[in-house]
Amino acid sequence: MGLLNQRFENGNVLLTSVDDVLAWGRLSSLWAMQFGLACCAIEMMATGASHYDLDRFGTFFRSSPRQADVMIVAGTVTLKMASRIKTLYDQMAEPRYVLSMGSCANCGGPYWEHGYHVLKGVDRVIPVDVYVPGCPPRPEALMEGLLKLKEKIRKERLILKQTA
Amino acid sequence: MIAQELYDLLKTTFSDGILEAKLDGVIDPWVSVAPDRILDVARFLRDDERTQFDLLTLLSGVDMTKGTLAAVYHLYSMKRNHKIVLKTFVPETHPHVQSVASIWRTADWQEREAFDMYGMIFDGHPDLRRILMPDDWDGHPLRKDYQVPEFYNGMKVPY
Amino acid sequence: MDATLTEVEKGRRPTTIPGLGRALRTEEMVISMGPQHPSTHGVLRLDIVVDGEIVADVIPRIGYLHRCFEKHCEHMANYQQVIPYVDRLDYVAAMSNEFGYVVAMEKMLKIQVPERVEYIRVIMAEFSRIVSHLIAIGTYGLDIGAWTPFLYCMRDREHVLDIFEETCGARLLYNYMWIGGLSHDVKPTFKDKVLEFCKYFRPNIKELNDLLSYNKIFIDRTASVGVLPGDVAVNFGVSGPVLRGSGVQWDIRKNDPYSIYNRFDFDIPFGKGEKGKVGDCWDRYMVRVHEMEQSVNIIEQAAKQLPEGDVQSAIPKRISPNASGPRRVRYTCAPRPRRASWGTTSYPTGEVDR
Ligand code: SF4
Repeated sequence: MGLLNQRFENGNVLLTSVDDVLAWGRLSSLWAMQFGLACCAIEMMATGASHYDLDRFGTFFRSSPRQADVMIVAGTVTLKMASRIKTLYDQMAEPRYVLSMGSCANCGGPYWEHGYHVLKGVDRVIPVDVYVPGCPPRPEALMEGLLKLKEKIRKERLILKQTA
Repeated sequence: MIAQELYDLLKTTFSDGILEAKLDGVIDPWVSVAPDRILDVARFLRDDERTQFDLLTLLSGVDMTKGTLAAVYHLYSMKRNHKIVLKTFVPETHPHVQSVASIWRTADWQEREAFDMYGMIFDGHPDLRRILMPDDWDGHPLRKDYQVPEFYNGMKVPY
Repeated sequence: MDATLTEVEKGRRPTTIPGLGRALRTEEMVISMGPQHPSTHGVLRLDIVVDGEIVADVIPRIGYLHRCFEKHCEHMANYQQVIPYVDRLDYVAAMSNEFGYVVAMEKMLKIQVPERVEYIRVIMAEFSRIVSHLIAIGTYGLDIGAWTPFLYCMRDREHVLDIFEETCGARLLYNYMWIGGLSHDVKPTFKDKVLEFCKYFRPNIKELNDLLSYNKIFIDRTASVGVLPGDVAVNFGVSGPVLRGSGVQWDIRKNDPYSIYNRFDFDIPFGKGEKGKVGDCWDRYMVRVHEMEQSVNIIEQAAKQLPEGDVQSAIPKRISPNASGPRRVRYTCAPRPRRASWGTTSYPTGEVDR
């Protein structure tokens, strides 16, 4: 509420659309699912910890998919793991988002050619909203990815009737 | 004990079980053991006063190509501070080796891995299942002639 | 016990309730924990057989992060290209991985590396140990319910990562140690930064001890729990802090020294059963804390002695292996080597063979 903080006399009315308020509410507290798969997860941990402090963007990690809004797929998705990821995704409540972190989750990363047990991109099993490149992406890149996701949510209209 | 002494000791104890050896000119001297004697050799090496190999640092499978598989055992004695490498060679058509999981528990998972990756069968292993690949996977991926499948459970495997 | 119980039911352990005098039959239940579980920190699945509150058996299932490293290393065109992959074996301490690999390769190719390279490598490897132990300790506290030590550990970790980043540009996976040398020389300010870190970090270990190690709740939950006796540990091939936590005074840096570790003065911490039994969870934890102190000692000595020189003079021009011959696959997995080489190096989580 930084912009509005102590700007008004008592009892003011702000005009906005319901969709905007809903979008604002959803994007301001994106809870992420704590789900580390490989090296990228260490960078995700670092992003969530003291130095980079992801909490200031309203994002913090939940252990249960049922409490999470966004799934950060951080690391290499193997074939053995892929079906579990699908299950976890299905367990999340809608509206749900997926952020694919790192080259491995995007496209197979360093294992794209000879990785017989690596899924070449998590988008082969679940839909992905934001791709963050890098091996591993820096914490700043992950934050940028989350901000991009927020922009996407800001434009979403839940109540407005979809035409066509 | 140096490698030559170890080899002599093994040769006198298990004359026909010890097949060949390469002790000079390699970084790690190795002795090759018959696949159906490896359990006796392992027990001897662990329990004998002179050898006391209490640590199996590494057990790995190797595809030697030309239809041969190998299991390689890197042994180390923490008490006596010496090491030796054992190798057993088996044909791909009959890849049976005795399990040493009862001697060193390290071998339990590593034999499972060699089974998973190379299809070597370790007789007497308590629980020989795949360890890394999914249970319903076909084939043994680290064999040289392995062909990566096109699909697994409806997921495309190649890029 | 009731004579009509079936065979299966006989296998279950009856629980006698004191005062009630009769056996209450409980059922064992299998709970699958993971692979997505916040306390496995990675992808591990445990099938846990529980009898009420008591864990009767645990069956670990691994392979959710099998990334086919051996296959990749087989297919690389030369030995140098393998290094980014060894980085990723254990991403928490990538420098130590590289160290092991390059030591094995240099042994095989008979390369003598310059003094300066050796010193920088030791400093980097020990920094890796600190980083890895900080994560281990922090997340250990996290699992037990202590959130704050984790934040403190991650704070200190960032200081080390800054040094890494300044040297080679990467925070996590470095590709820094090359066969015969290093990818970059360190910056002129490196020595000062390292010494400054040592000065900064020592009091923080004490702070960590006050916060977590000697915390009553922490001790109650870890002392005399999960005891691993020394001989069992050796038979299971356990190495590193877990082995030393079981009271076995064994460290490859002392017992079978490689690189230049014999030039430094440091101790091997091992479990003494200070708070409970030898080889319990607290011992294993505490060995890591003491090891960080020793690592700081080594780093300080190495930084003070750091000689001048060129770090790339011994890098061979061409190291492509011969195209024929069998391949040793595993950590020694150089592409088509004609000779197999095998080096053992000490590693934050244990001993590695490459
Ligand atoms: S993208 Fe790179 S850092 Fe991330 S999981 Fe894959 S290999 Fe590891």
